[in-house]
Amino acid sequence: MSVGLSHYLILGSLLFAISIIGIFLNRKNVIVLLMAIELMLLAVNMNFIAFSHYLNDMAGQVFVFFILTVAAAESAIGLAILVLVFRNLKTINVDDLDRLKG
Amino acid sequence: MIFQDYVFYALATILLFAGLRVITARNPVHAALFLVLAFFTAAGIWLLLEAEFLAIALVLVYVGAVMVLFLFVVMMLDINLDKLREGFWNALPIALPIGLLMAAEMIMILSSKHFSPDMMSAPTPRPAGYSNTAELGRQLYTDYLLPFELASVVLLVAIVAAIALTLRERKDSKFIDPAAQVRVKRADRIRIVSMPSEKEITPETPEPAAEKKR
Repeated sequence: MSVGLSHYLILGSLLFAISIIGIFLNRKNVIVLLMAIELMLLAVNMNFIAFSHYLNDMAGQVFVFFILTVAAAESAIGLAILVLVFRNLKTINVDDLDRLKG
Repeated sequence: MIFQDYVFYALATILLFAGLRVITARNPVHAALFLVLAFFTAAGIWLLLEAEFLAIALVLVYVGAVMVLFLFVVMMLDINLDKLREGFWNALPIALPIGLLMAAEMIMILSSKHFSPDMMSAPTPRPAGYSNTAELGRQLYTDYLLPFELASVVLLVAIVAAIALTLRERKDSKFIDPAAQVRVKRADRIRIVSMPSEKEITPETPEPAAEKKR
């Protein structure tokens, strides 16, 4: 079966579903949660690029460029917060992060 | 099937395997390394889609910068893995149906005839001298100039925020703040005590030595 647009989109959706399952499974580990979010963004970018190729429109690739920028900023700040949390609490277990609970 | 199709299936298999290992790996370092593998294969698939600049940018920015940052953080933190892995598979009965349902729904929509090769045929191949990077750059610096500048502001904010969050003063540092030194006033350093300049010493009660020193 020759590869068409739907193959790329299905690959992206499978990757997205995998990262959804990953968020459920790794709900205690913030680092792997961040990695699952990166996988999700990769799946989204895959869709953008596939459509950009098959519709012959560069706008999709420009959008992926901006998504990459924002994702890099997000992961940098996320990891900084993670380091700060670990420095103060000596744990990254999400169950222990309940200081705001009354 | 042409050669590109085989390449696509091979890369897609590796990508899905790497994605599965990212979410199930016991050690976060292994998860990060499998995420690197996933980014590499995704870059390969983007090359198949003729997005050469973004494929290279994915490898350079993600593998070169973001994943190295992840690895640094993972190795810097002393994590109790057993505590984090407790009840890891407990959520599977909820997660698996939700994930499979989501994938099945999306596949049902995406495998309809609207996305089939008959409706969306592959575009004609670009001529040999076509540069994806030049075209992307032209778009970025003309139609998308304002978003491009905004993206740079976002990056600047991220840099400042990440540094401000993690900056801390060392307790044993002998660093002196020059601004505080310049700002110092005379009153902070000397105190004028008003006292008689001479004091008559009566021979009957000689002052003790300690008192004189003070």
